[in-house]
Amino acid sequence: MSGTSLVTARERALAVLGGEPDDQTLGRYLHGIPGVDAVGLEQRAAGLGTRSIKTSSKKWALDKIISLVDLTTLEGADTPGKVRSLVAKAVNPDPADPSTPRVAAVCVYGDMVPYAVDALGGAHGDPDDGLISVAAVATAFPSGRSSLEIKLADTAEAVAAGADEIDMVIDRGAFLAGRYGQVFDQISAVKDACRRADGTSASLKVILETGELVTYDNVRRASWLSILAGGDFIKTSTGKVSPAATLPVTLLMLEVVRDWHLATGHRVGVKPAGGIRASKDAIKYLVTVAETVGEDWLVPHLFRFGASSLLNDVLLQRQKMTTGHYSGPDYVTID
Amino acid sequence: MSFLEYAPAPESRAILSLRDQYGLFIDGEFVEGRGTPFQTISPASEERIAMISNANPADVDDAVAAARRAYDRTWSKMSGRDRGKYLFRIARLVQERSRELAVAESLDNGKPIKESRDVDVPLVAAWFFYYAGWADKLDHAGLGAGPRAHGVAAQVIPWNFPLLMLSWKIAPALAAGNTVVLKPAETTSLTALIFAEILQQADLPPGVVNIITGAGDTGATLVAHDGVDKVAFTGSTAVGRAIAKQIAGTDKKATLELGGKAANIVFDDAPIDQAIEGIVNGIFFNQGHVCCAGSRLLVQENIHDEVVERLKLRLSTLRLGDPLDKNTDIGAINSKEQLERIRMLSDVGVAEGADRWSVACEIPENGFWYAPTIFTNVQTSSRIAREEIFGPVLSVLTFRTPAEAIAKANNTPYGLSAGIWTDKGSRILAVADKLRAGVVWANTFNRFDPSSPFGGYKESGYGREGGRHGLAAYLTPAPVGQAAISAGRAGAKSVSAGRAAAKPRIEAKDAAKNTRTAPSRSAKAAKKGAAK
Repeated sequence: MSGTSLVTARERALAVLGGEPDDQTLGRYLHGIPGVDAVGLEQRAAGLGTRSIKTSSKKWALDKIISLVDLTTLEGADTPGKVRSLVAKAVNPDPADPSTPRVAAVCVYGDMVPYAVDALGGAHGDPDDGLISVAAVATAFPSGRSSLEIKLADTAEAVAAGADEIDMVIDRGAFLAGRYGQVFDQISAVKDACRRADGTSASLKVILETGELVTYDNVRRASWLSILAGGDFIKTSTGKVSPAATLPVTLLMLEVVRDWHLATGHRVGVKPAGGIRASKDAIKYLVTVAETVGEDWLVPHLFRFGASSLLNDVLLQRQKMTTGHYSGPDYVTID
Repeated sequence: MSFLEYAPAPESRAILSLRDQYGLFIDGEFVEGRGTPFQTISPASEERIAMISNANPADVDDAVAAARRAYDRTWSKMSGRDRGKYLFRIARLVQERSRELAVAESLDNGKPIKESRDVDVPLVAAWFFYYAGWADKLDHAGLGAGPRAHGVAAQVIPWNFPLLMLSWKIAPALAAGNTVVLKPAETTSLTALIFAEILQQADLPPGVVNIITGAGDTGATLVAHDGVDKVAFTGSTAVGRAIAKQIAGTDKKATLELGGKAANIVFDDAPIDQAIEGIVNGIFFNQGHVCCAGSRLLVQENIHDEVVERLKLRLSTLRLGDPLDKNTDIGAINSKEQLERIRMLSDVGVAEGADRWSVACEIPENGFWYAPTIFTNVQTSSRIAREEIFGPVLSVLTFRTPAEAIAKANNTPYGLSAGIWTDKGSRILAVADKLRAGVVWANTFNRFDPSSPFGGYKESGYGREGGRHGLAAYLTPAPVGQAAISAGRAGAKSVSAGRAAAKPRIEAKDAAKNTRTAPSRSAKAAKKGAAK
């Protein structure tokens, strides 16, 4: 998959904002968006969580979850061997059942991209075509505390190595200090760095790190800001800060992409990441997507799960649906 | 098949062990009624569930006599602490049998299982737990030391929240030391009768609670009965008015919880997504069969189009169908009569020039159903903006200024509830202060808590249920001399008792005000506090 062009993104932002994206204009715009009532938001998310997904719907949901997973390893201890193992799992999640769909992408640190690309071989490509993307975290992930030059170099290197998707982090410090223009410019610059030599562009996921933004109002503003600056995806968390993805936060971000779509006709993806470990929880996210933005959002270029242990739980549930009984952790592979 | 057409997820009915016919619950036993029995049906399928006994005047006599005996011999002599034990026991049994009660409620009433399971039954247990705690603390109910029970309470409840309304009536009555004769609505007697089994299980002394089933005439006989000291009714304003006439000139105390036409006011700075949810919850919860439903949406003119558009989008995700399916949002209309009334008033709305929009959803072949509907272009003079429809029908009106919103919200013969949606705290307080409604919800709707009083202004009735106020409605202050004696007996340990003895007359007057007239400011303030 490839990202939208920066020029279109900028034109769209200018049209929506009605002025240059500096601190004042952005501040006026973001603070003019209706607020979020925390109690009501959490109540709605809890309500969506009570949907009971059974039999054929559950089977469909489990396969759908697998096809939307960004299988992730983001450890200091990652090695080429670990990445090859992850890729093998991504290509063939359940060796006992070849009908199991592949995951959408593998998500690794920038220096691991060449190994992932190499290991994927012919399976490397657009998840909308049933292939697997390589996503790289960049921009001084997870804290984002470094200079713009380093962030851009980090990004460009990953793209050059063959990354199809860049998961960047925003400067939460700048955002909380109200320097919205700076956050906007950084996202734009990273987006620019996603461009390849042939003119195509890697898709850009913007990580808000909602656990550090704390309030729902902040999450909503950061979501709008990231979309205005040209993000192809908005992503909840790095997975390194607690709380990571929650259902209310994801619902809120889905409401933003829905409103953005209504306003501009342009679709932006959402990626909850971190803390989603059980199939049951992942199904709640599918329900939330389907009932908030519609079922056609449940495709790899519009919705992803950032997860590592989730996949095995889904595989266990899937085996249970096929065989009628629960197996155990030794019947799914560790990656 | 698309994902959103979730596969059926029906709650199992296997947990129910229903009898084919139910008698009247009098003096701790089920006895056959002497009237002509009637059947109770599932409004979702029109299938027969069971035969229900019909109490004739002689049965009403028996029930009231049993309640009187239980009051004189047992209940009025029992300590508050022991009464509380029974109430705690009932509360725990309700929790233990919650799934069974939820299934029975959805089957008989037509409400979605997710509501009976997550709202009705948990609140029923909460109500008994709450009033169980009050049973030995009546000196602090605000009526001075040693308040007394009225005696026998006649309670008539509606069909929209059968078991919940039962708990609102029975729990405070028993905590205060009254005995009870309760008549559930004709179409929804089932859970009250299962509740009678719970009372047997709890070993409640015979006659303390009697449950008699039947139609409106049974209720009228009960209310008019000479042996009754207190009448509590929840239902339509017409019947409430008839009851008030009937008992005028007698010593009977009364609380009436009647209709409503609540305004749900959405200001242009409201948290919009949550406001949409609140509007949906306000009018489509329990198919709109809610006396405090937010049936009049007052939306600020500059966001009217956006709100209506978002509302329509949201409504198209509502799922109408089998009440026992765990994914159902909108269940069945409770009865054919009610369905016809909803249809009639909707047609009136169209005839008056309002624009009707209904969700395009499949309506099951059998049973009583009405698709969620909103009317735009509604004028304040329209009947659909004046009369209680008691169905999933929302009338949308606009306003331009807070003053206009308040004026329009108050411009109704009712005054049960209202909602305010705004991000501005000061506006919430300012507007709530001027709304003549017993309950004002801020940035939420249809939230209930046993500690929070509930009741209406004007044609929405009088008296309060819930909280200390709901308890006081089942109590009367001790006679002047008695209070002093009681205070003396309590000794130095009770400050409030001493104060009561010093000025019993004022206390008595305040108490009367509590049960008889519009709520005190403190009741309303408590409500605001509980709203979120």
